[in-house]
Amino acid sequence: MIHVVDMTLLAFLAIVAIAVTRMTNLFATSVLTGVYSLLMACIFTVLDAVDVAFTEAAVGAGISTVLFLATLSLTTQREKPQRSPNWKALCVALLTGGALVYGTFDMPHFGDPQAPVHQHVGPHYIGVSPTQIGVPNMVTSVLASYRGYDTLGETAVIFTACMAVLLLLQHEKRRDEQSTVEEKPDKEAMAHAMILRVQSKFFIPLILLFGLYVQFHGDFGPGGGFQAGVIFAAGIILYSLVNGLDKARQIIPPNVLHGLVAFGLLLYAGTGLASLFMDGNFLQYRALAEEATHGEHIGILLIELGVGITVATVMTSMFFSFSGRRRS
Amino acid sequence: MSDALGLYNYWIAIFLMMVGFYNVIASGNLVKKLIGLSIFQTSVFLLYITMGKVKDGTAPILGDGYDTFSNPLPHVLILTAIVVGIATTAVGLALVIRIQEHFGTIEEDELIAQEDSP
Repeated sequence: MIHVVDMTLLAFLAIVAIAVTRMTNLFATSVLTGVYSLLMACIFTVLDAVDVAFTEAAVGAGISTVLFLATLSLTTQREKPQRSPNWKALCVALLTGGALVYGTFDMPHFGDPQAPVHQHVGPHYIGVSPTQIGVPNMVTSVLASYRGYDTLGETAVIFTACMAVLLLLQHEKRRDEQSTVEEKPDKEAMAHAMILRVQSKFFIPLILLFGLYVQFHGDFGPGGGFQAGVIFAAGIILYSLVNGLDKARQIIPPNVLHGLVAFGLLLYAGTGLASLFMDGNFLQYRALAEEATHGEHIGILLIELGVGITVATVMTSMFFSFSGRRRS
Repeated sequence: MSDALGLYNYWIAIFLMMVGFYNVIASGNLVKKLIGLSIFQTSVFLLYITMGKVKDGTAPILGDGYDTFSNPLPHVLILTAIVVGIATTAVGLALVIRIQEHFGTIEEDELIAQEDSP
Protein backbone atom coordinates (compact mmCIF):
# COMPACT_ATOMS: atom_id res chain seq x y z
CA MET A 1 0.00 0.00 0.00
CA ILE A 2 2.70 2.45 1.02
CA HIS A 3 4.46 1.72 -2.27
CA VAL A 4 1.36 2.69 -4.26
CA VAL A 5 0.85 5.99 -2.41
CA ASP A 6 4.55 6.76 -2.54
CA MET A 7 4.85 6.03 -6.24
CA THR A 8 1.76 8.03 -7.19
CA LEU A 9 2.87 11.09 -5.23
CA LEU A 10 6.37 10.87 -6.66
CA ALA A 11 4.98 10.60 -10.18
CA PHE A 12 2.93 13.76 -9.57
CA LEU A 13 6.07 15.44 -8.29
CA ALA A 14 7.95 14.59 -11.47
CA ILE A 15 5.09 15.96 -13.61
CA VAL A 16 4.98 19.22 -11.65
CA ALA A 17 8.76 19.56 -12.00
CA ILE A 18 8.49 19.20 -15.80
CA ALA A 19 5.66 21.75 -15.89
CA VAL A 20 7.83 24.19 -13.91
CA THR A 21 10.60 23.78 -16.47
CA ARG A 22 8.37 24.26 -19.50
CA MET A 23 6.41 27.31 -18.36
CA THR A 24 7.64 30.78 -19.17
CA ASN A 25 5.15 32.63 -17.01
CA LEU A 26 7.11 33.07 -13.78
CA PHE A 27 4.01 33.85 -11.73
CA ALA A 28 2.49 30.47 -12.60
CA THR A 29 5.85 28.82 -12.03
CA SER A 30 6.11 30.23 -8.51
CA VAL A 31 2.62 29.03 -7.62
CA LEU A 32 3.49 25.60 -9.06
CA THR A 33 6.54 25.40 -6.81
CA GLY A 34 4.12 25.85 -3.92
CA VAL A 35 2.17 22.83 -5.20
CA TYR A 36 5.46 20.98 -5.60
CA SER A 37 6.39 21.63 -1.97
CA LEU A 38 3.00 20.53 -0.71
CA LEU A 39 3.35 17.25 -2.64
CA MET A 40 6.83 16.86 -1.21
CA ALA A 41 5.42 17.37 2.30
CA CYS A 42 2.86 14.59 1.66
CA ILE A 43 5.67 12.26 0.57
CA PHE A 44 7.67 13.09 3.71
CA THR A 45 4.62 12.15 5.80
CA VAL A 46 4.35 8.82 4.00
CA LEU A 47 8.06 8.24 4.64
CA ASP A 48 7.56 8.79 8.42
CA ALA A 49 9.34 12.14 8.50
CA VAL A 50 6.50 14.10 10.09
CA ASP A 51 8.70 16.87 11.47
CA VAL A 52 10.27 17.41 8.07
CA ALA A 53 6.86 17.38 6.36
CA PHE A 54 5.71 20.07 8.75
CA THR A 55 8.66 22.28 7.89
CA GLU A 56 8.42 21.69 4.14
CA ALA A 57 4.71 22.54 4.09
CA ALA A 58 5.20 25.77 6.03
CA VAL A 59 8.40 26.86 4.27
CA GLY A 60 7.93 25.57 0.73
CA ALA A 61 4.23 26.11 0.24
CA GLY A 62 4.07 29.22 2.40
CA ILE A 63 7.06 31.48 2.88
CA SER A 64 9.10 30.60 -0.20
CA THR A 65 6.15 31.15 -2.57
CA VAL A 66 5.51 34.55 -0.99
CA LEU A 67 9.18 35.54 -1.33
CA PHE A 68 9.28 34.46 -4.99
CA LEU A 69 6.10 36.42 -5.73
CA ALA A 70 7.50 39.48 -3.93
CA THR A 71 10.60 39.24 -6.13
CA LEU A 72 8.49 38.95 -9.28
CA SER A 73 6.54 42.07 -8.35
CA LEU A 74 9.87 43.94 -8.27
CA THR A 75 11.32 42.39 -11.42
CA THR A 76 9.42 40.78 -14.26
CA GLN A 77 6.62 38.25 -14.57
CA ARG A 78 7.70 36.73 -17.85
CA GLU A 79 10.75 34.82 -18.77
CA LYS A 80 12.19 35.49 -22.20
CA PRO A 81 10.93 32.49 -24.19
CA GLN A 82 13.58 30.19 -25.54
CA ARG A 83 13.11 28.90 -29.04
CA SER A 84 14.31 25.36 -28.59
CA PRO A 85 15.47 23.30 -25.65
CA ASN A 86 19.09 23.84 -24.85
CA TRP A 87 20.52 20.60 -26.23
CA LYS A 88 23.94 20.97 -24.64
CA ALA A 89 22.41 21.45 -21.19
CA LEU A 90 20.01 18.56 -21.79
CA CYS A 91 22.92 16.27 -22.73
CA VAL A 92 24.87 17.24 -19.62
CA ALA A 93 21.81 16.64 -17.42
CA LEU A 94 21.06 13.27 -19.08
CA LEU A 95 24.68 12.09 -18.77
CA THR A 96 24.91 13.12 -15.12
CA GLY A 97 21.53 11.56 -14.40
CA GLY A 98 22.53 8.35 -16.17
CA ALA A 99 25.73 8.09 -14.13
CA LEU A 100 23.80 8.68 -10.90
CA VAL A 101 21.17 6.04 -11.80
CA TYR A 102 23.98 3.58 -12.52
CA GLY A 103 25.28 4.39 -9.05
CA THR A 104 21.93 3.54 -7.40
CA PHE A 105 22.21 -0.14 -8.35
CA ASP A 106 24.59 -0.55 -5.41
CA MET A 107 22.27 1.30 -3.04
CA PRO A 108 20.31 -0.52 -0.33
CA HIS A 109 16.67 -1.00 -1.31
CA PHE A 110 13.86 1.20 -0.05
CA GLY A 111 13.06 0.51 3.62
CA ASP A 112 15.83 -2.07 4.06
CA PRO A 113 16.49 -2.28 7.83
CA GLN A 114 20.01 -3.64 7.12
CA ALA A 115 21.06 -0.52 5.20
CA PRO A 116 24.34 1.03 6.43
CA VAL A 117 22.55 4.21 7.48
CA HIS A 118 20.65 2.21 10.12
CA GLN A 119 23.78 0.55 11.55
CA HIS A 120 25.62 3.58 12.86
CA VAL A 121 24.49 6.23 15.36
CA GLY A 122 20.81 6.13 14.34
CA PRO A 123 19.86 3.04 16.39
CA HIS A 124 21.98 4.32 19.27
CA TYR A 125 19.90 7.50 19.42
CA ILE A 126 16.67 5.48 19.24
CA GLY A 127 17.91 3.17 22.01
CA VAL A 128 19.23 5.64 24.56
CA SER A 129 17.25 8.82 23.89
CA PRO A 130 14.05 7.81 25.77
CA THR A 131 15.94 7.21 29.03
CA GLN A 132 18.81 9.68 28.62
CA ILE A 133 16.80 12.68 27.45
CA GLY A 134 13.30 11.63 28.46
CA VAL A 135 11.60 13.28 25.49
CA PRO A 136 9.21 11.17 23.37
CA ASN A 137 10.01 12.88 20.06
CA MET A 138 13.42 11.53 19.09
CA VAL A 139 13.83 14.09 16.32
CA THR A 140 13.66 16.83 18.95
CA SER A 141 16.12 15.10 21.25
CA VAL A 142 18.65 14.53 18.46
CA LEU A 143 18.17 18.03 17.06
CA ALA A 144 18.38 19.91 20.32
CA SER A 145 20.57 17.75 22.51
CA TYR A 146 22.77 15.22 20.71
CA ARG A 147 23.42 17.45 17.76
CA GLY A 148 23.00 20.79 19.51
CA TYR A 149 26.23 22.12 17.98
CA ASP A 150 24.92 21.53 14.46
CA THR A 151 21.66 23.27 15.23
CA LEU A 152 23.48 26.23 16.76
CA GLY A 153 25.48 26.49 13.54
CA GLU A 154 22.34 26.29 11.40
CA THR A 155 20.68 29.02 13.45
CA ALA A 156 23.78 31.16 12.96
CA VAL A 157 23.55 30.58 9.19
CA ILE A 158 19.92 31.74 9.18
CA PHE A 159 20.94 34.80 11.20
CA THR A 160 23.73 35.59 8.73
CA ALA A 161 21.43 35.15 5.72
CA CYS A 162 19.00 37.60 7.30
CA MET A 163 21.82 40.11 7.77
CA ALA A 164 22.77 39.67 4.10
CA VAL A 165 19.20 40.31 2.93
CA LEU A 166 18.90 43.38 5.15
CA LEU A 167 22.21 44.76 3.86
CA LEU A 168 21.17 44.18 0.25
CA LEU A 169 17.66 45.59 0.47
CA GLN A 170 17.53 48.04 3.36
CA HIS A 171 19.15 51.22 2.13
CA GLU A 172 18.13 53.78 -0.56
CA LYS A 173 14.83 53.27 -2.41
CA ARG A 174 12.85 52.42 0.72
CA ARG A 175 9.18 52.96 0.27
CA ASP A 176 8.55 54.79 3.53
CA GLU A 177 10.90 57.61 2.47
CA GLN A 178 8.60 58.28 -0.46
CA SER A 179 5.38 57.90 1.46
CA THR A 180 5.36 61.58 2.49
CA VAL A 181 4.88 62.44 -1.19
CA GLU A 182 2.02 60.08 -1.84
CA GLU A 183 -0.22 60.22 1.19
CA LYS A 184 -2.78 57.79 -0.15
CA PRO A 185 -3.34 54.55 1.74
CA ASP A 186 -1.22 51.52 1.02
CA LYS A 187 -2.22 50.41 -2.47
CA GLU A 188 -0.89 46.93 -2.07
CA ALA A 189 -3.02 46.20 0.99
CA MET A 190 -5.96 43.98 0.21
CA ALA A 191 -8.22 45.07 3.05
CA HIS A 192 -10.90 46.09 0.57
CA ALA A 193 -11.44 42.46 -0.37
CA MET A 194 -14.08 41.48 2.13
CA ILE A 195 -13.79 37.71 1.94
CA LEU A 196 -10.06 37.95 2.45
CA ARG A 197 -10.40 40.39 5.34
CA VAL A 198 -12.96 38.33 7.25
CA GLN A 199 -11.14 35.07 6.58
CA SER A 200 -7.82 36.46 7.69
CA LYS A 201 -9.31 37.90 10.87
CA PHE A 202 -10.56 34.44 11.65
CA PHE A 203 -7.41 32.58 10.69
CA ILE A 204 -4.55 34.76 11.95
CA PRO A 205 -5.21 34.14 15.69
CA LEU A 206 -5.55 30.43 14.97
CA ILE A 207 -2.29 30.37 13.02
CA LEU A 208 -0.44 32.19 15.82
CA LEU A 209 -1.96 29.92 18.47
CA PHE A 210 -1.02 26.87 16.42
CA GLY A 211 2.51 28.25 16.11
CA LEU A 212 2.77 28.45 19.90
CA TYR A 213 1.38 24.91 20.26
CA VAL A 214 3.94 23.57 17.78
CA GLN A 215 6.68 25.43 19.65
CA PHE A 216 5.93 24.04 23.11
CA HIS A 217 4.56 20.65 22.14
CA GLY A 218 7.61 19.86 20.03
CA ASP A 219 9.06 17.58 22.74
CA PHE A 220 6.06 15.27 22.64
CA GLY A 221 4.78 15.39 19.08
CA PRO A 222 5.99 16.62 15.73
CA GLY A 223 7.11 20.21 15.99
CA GLY A 224 9.77 22.42 17.47
CA GLY A 225 11.42 25.78 17.05
CA PHE A 226 12.02 25.66 13.31
CA GLN A 227 8.46 24.71 12.39
CA ALA A 228 6.87 27.01 14.95
CA GLY A 229 8.99 29.94 13.84
CA VAL A 230 7.95 29.51 10.23
CA ILE A 231 4.26 29.09 11.10
CA PHE A 232 4.32 32.16 13.33
CA ALA A 233 6.00 34.17 10.59
CA ALA A 234 3.37 32.96 8.11
CA GLY A 235 0.66 34.42 10.37
CA ILE A 236 2.38 37.81 10.50
CA ILE A 237 3.03 37.77 6.75
CA LEU A 238 -0.65 37.02 6.09
CA TYR A 239 -1.56 39.99 8.28
CA SER A 240 0.71 42.34 6.39
CA LEU A 241 -0.48 41.03 3.02
CA VAL A 242 -4.07 41.84 3.94
CA ASN A 243 -3.63 45.04 5.95
CA GLY A 244 -0.57 46.50 4.29
CA LEU A 245 3.04 46.67 5.31
CA ASP A 246 2.75 49.94 7.21
CA LYS A 247 0.19 48.57 9.65
CA ALA A 248 2.26 45.45 10.20
CA ARG A 249 5.31 47.62 10.84
CA GLN A 250 3.36 49.55 13.48
CA ILE A 251 2.60 46.35 15.34
CA ILE A 252 6.14 45.01 15.11
CA PRO A 253 8.57 47.93 14.71
CA PRO A 254 11.63 46.96 12.64
CA ASN A 255 14.12 47.68 15.43
CA VAL A 256 12.28 45.34 17.82
CA LEU A 257 12.20 42.74 15.05
CA HIS A 258 15.91 43.05 14.36
CA GLY A 259 16.68 42.92 18.06
CA LEU A 260 14.73 39.67 18.38
CA VAL A 261 16.66 38.13 15.46
CA ALA A 262 19.83 38.48 17.51
CA PHE A 263 18.12 37.65 20.81
CA GLY A 264 17.06 34.17 19.68
CA LEU A 265 20.58 33.22 18.67
CA LEU A 266 22.00 34.71 21.88
CA LEU A 267 19.48 32.75 23.95
CA TYR A 268 20.69 29.57 22.26
CA ALA A 269 24.37 30.34 22.75
CA GLY A 270 23.67 31.66 26.25
CA THR A 271 22.07 28.34 27.25
CA GLY A 272 25.28 26.67 26.09
CA LEU A 273 27.40 29.06 28.11
CA ALA A 274 25.17 28.63 31.18
CA SER A 275 25.74 24.88 31.13
CA LEU A 276 29.46 25.59 30.72
CA PHE A 277 29.48 27.72 33.88
CA MET A 278 27.46 25.10 35.79
CA ASP A 279 30.23 22.51 35.54
CA GLY A 280 29.13 20.91 32.29
CA ASN A 281 30.38 21.09 28.73
CA PHE A 282 29.11 23.63 26.21
CA LEU A 283 25.43 22.80 25.50
CA GLN A 284 25.48 19.88 27.98
CA TYR A 285 22.07 20.59 29.42
CA ARG A 286 22.22 17.94 32.13
CA ALA A 287 24.33 20.40 34.11
CA LEU A 288 21.44 22.85 34.28
CA ALA A 289 19.54 20.99 37.03
CA GLU A 290 20.10 18.47 39.79
CA GLU A 291 18.46 15.68 37.84
CA ALA A 292 19.95 14.94 34.41
CA THR A 293 16.69 14.54 32.46
CA HIS A 294 15.23 17.64 34.13
CA GLY A 295 18.25 19.63 32.97
CA GLU A 296 17.81 18.25 29.45
CA HIS A 297 14.17 19.38 29.46
CA ILE A 298 15.10 22.93 30.51
CA GLY A 299 17.89 23.09 27.95
CA ILE A 300 15.73 21.82 25.09
CA LEU A 301 12.90 24.21 25.98
CA LEU A 302 15.26 27.21 26.02
CA ILE A 303 17.14 26.47 22.83
CA GLU A 304 13.96 25.58 20.93
CA LEU A 305 12.57 28.92 22.08
CA GLY A 306 15.71 30.64 20.83
CA VAL A 307 15.45 28.88 17.46
CA GLY A 308 11.75 29.72 17.23
CA ILE A 309 12.31 33.43 17.92
CA THR A 310 15.18 33.70 15.45
CA VAL A 311 13.42 31.80 12.66
CA ALA A 312 10.13 33.70 13.06
CA THR A 313 11.78 37.12 13.11
CA VAL A 314 14.22 36.28 10.30
CA MET A 315 11.37 35.18 8.02
CA THR A 316 9.29 38.23 8.94
CA SER A 317 12.07 40.76 8.47
CA MET A 318 13.06 39.15 5.18
CA PHE A 319 9.49 39.53 3.97
CA PHE A 320 9.35 43.13 5.23
CA SER A 321 12.50 44.08 3.38
CA PHE A 322 11.32 42.39 0.17
CA SER A 323 7.90 44.00 0.15
CA GLY A 324 9.15 47.32 1.53
CA ARG A 325 11.19 47.97 -1.57
CA ARG A 326 9.71 50.23 -4.20
CA ARG A 327 9.47 49.08 -7.77
CA SER A 328 12.07 50.90 -9.82
CA MET B 1 11.17 -5.90 -10.71
CA SER B 2 12.21 -5.80 -7.07
CA ASP B 3 15.03 -3.51 -8.19
CA ALA B 4 12.54 -1.12 -9.74
CA LEU B 5 10.37 -1.11 -6.60
CA GLY B 6 13.31 -0.75 -4.25
CA LEU B 7 15.13 1.95 -6.19
CA TYR B 8 12.16 3.93 -7.55
CA ASN B 9 12.50 6.68 -4.94
CA TYR B 10 16.17 7.22 -5.75
CA TRP B 11 15.40 7.43 -9.45
CA ILE B 12 12.75 10.06 -8.93
CA ALA B 13 15.14 11.98 -6.68
CA ILE B 14 17.75 11.85 -9.45
CA PHE B 15 15.17 12.86 -12.04
CA LEU B 16 14.14 15.89 -9.96
CA MET B 17 17.77 16.74 -9.37
CA MET B 18 18.43 16.73 -13.11
CA VAL B 19 15.32 18.82 -13.83
CA GLY B 20 16.61 21.37 -11.33
CA PHE B 21 20.11 21.12 -12.78
CA TYR B 22 18.80 21.66 -16.31
CA ASN B 23 16.90 24.76 -15.16
CA VAL B 24 19.98 26.17 -13.50
CA ILE B 25 22.23 25.81 -16.56
CA ALA B 26 19.76 26.20 -19.45
CA SER B 27 17.43 28.93 -18.27
CA GLY B 28 18.49 32.52 -18.92
CA ASN B 29 16.20 34.05 -16.32
CA LEU B 30 17.74 34.47 -12.87
CA VAL B 31 14.49 33.80 -10.96
CA LYS B 32 13.98 30.61 -12.97
CA LYS B 33 17.53 29.57 -12.13
CA LEU B 34 16.76 29.98 -8.43
CA ILE B 35 13.57 27.93 -8.82
CA GLY B 36 15.72 25.25 -10.46
CA LEU B 37 18.13 25.45 -7.57
CA SER B 38 15.35 24.93 -5.03
CA ILE B 39 14.07 21.90 -6.98
CA PHE B 40 17.62 20.53 -6.93
CA GLN B 41 17.68 21.17 -3.19
CA THR B 42 14.39 19.37 -2.46
CA SER B 43 15.58 16.37 -4.46
CA VAL B 44 18.45 16.00 -1.99
CA PHE B 45 15.94 16.21 0.86
CA LEU B 46 13.94 13.42 -0.76
CA LEU B 47 17.07 11.27 -1.09
CA TYR B 48 17.93 11.64 2.60
CA ILE B 49 14.41 11.00 3.86
CA THR B 50 14.13 7.93 1.62
CA MET B 51 17.28 6.52 3.17
CA GLY B 52 15.90 7.11 6.66
CA LYS B 53 12.75 5.04 6.05
CA VAL B 54 12.61 1.59 7.67
CA LYS B 55 10.13 -1.02 6.44
CA ASP B 56 7.10 -1.27 8.77
CA GLY B 57 8.59 1.54 10.83
CA THR B 58 6.75 4.53 12.19
CA ALA B 59 7.57 8.17 12.85
CA PRO B 60 10.34 8.40 15.48
CA ILE B 61 8.07 9.46 18.33
CA LEU B 62 7.71 7.13 21.31
CA GLY B 63 4.26 5.68 21.77
CA ASP B 64 2.63 2.59 23.24
CA GLY B 65 2.65 -0.36 20.88
CA TYR B 66 5.40 0.86 18.55
CA ASP B 67 8.92 -0.42 18.60
CA THR B 68 10.17 -0.02 15.02
CA PHE B 69 11.10 3.54 14.18
CA SER B 70 12.47 5.19 11.08
CA ASN B 71 15.89 6.72 11.51
CA PRO B 72 15.57 10.17 13.15
CA LEU B 73 19.02 11.39 12.10
CA PRO B 74 18.26 12.18 8.42
CA HIS B 75 15.08 13.89 9.59
CA VAL B 76 17.06 16.22 11.83
CA LEU B 77 19.56 17.04 9.10
CA ILE B 78 16.88 17.81 6.52
CA LEU B 79 14.57 19.69 8.88
CA THR B 80 17.25 22.28 9.54
CA ALA B 81 18.42 22.21 5.91
CA ILE B 82 14.97 23.27 4.69
CA VAL B 83 14.93 26.38 6.83
CA VAL B 84 18.55 27.21 5.98
CA GLY B 85 17.65 26.60 2.31
CA ILE B 86 14.88 29.19 2.28
CA ALA B 87 17.12 31.69 4.10
CA THR B 88 19.86 31.32 1.47
CA THR B 89 17.32 31.38 -1.39
CA ALA B 90 16.09 34.69 0.03
CA VAL B 91 19.65 36.05 -0.22
CA GLY B 92 19.69 34.94 -3.87
CA LEU B 93 16.36 36.66 -4.53
CA ALA B 94 17.60 39.85 -2.86
CA LEU B 95 20.60 39.80 -5.21
CA VAL B 96 18.25 39.32 -8.18
CA ILE B 97 16.28 42.40 -7.09
CA ARG B 98 19.48 44.45 -6.87
CA ILE B 99 20.58 43.23 -10.31
CA GLN B 100 17.20 44.23 -11.75
CA GLU B 101 17.49 47.69 -10.19
CA HIS B 102 21.02 48.21 -11.46
CA PHE B 103 20.83 46.72 -14.95
CA GLY B 104 17.11 46.83 -15.66
CA THR B 105 16.99 43.15 -16.61
CA ILE B 106 17.41 39.70 -15.09
CA GLU B 107 17.96 37.84 -18.36
CA GLU B 108 21.45 36.45 -18.54
CA ASP B 109 22.12 37.21 -22.24
CA GLU B 110 21.03 40.83 -21.87
CA LEU B 111 23.25 41.21 -18.81
CA ILE B 112 26.23 39.85 -20.74
CA ALA B 113 25.44 42.15 -23.68
CA GLN B 114 25.42 45.16 -21.32
CA GLU B 115 28.73 44.12 -19.82
CA ASP B 116 30.30 43.85 -23.28
CA SER B 117 29.15 47.27 -24.53
CA PRO B 118 30.02 49.83 -21.87
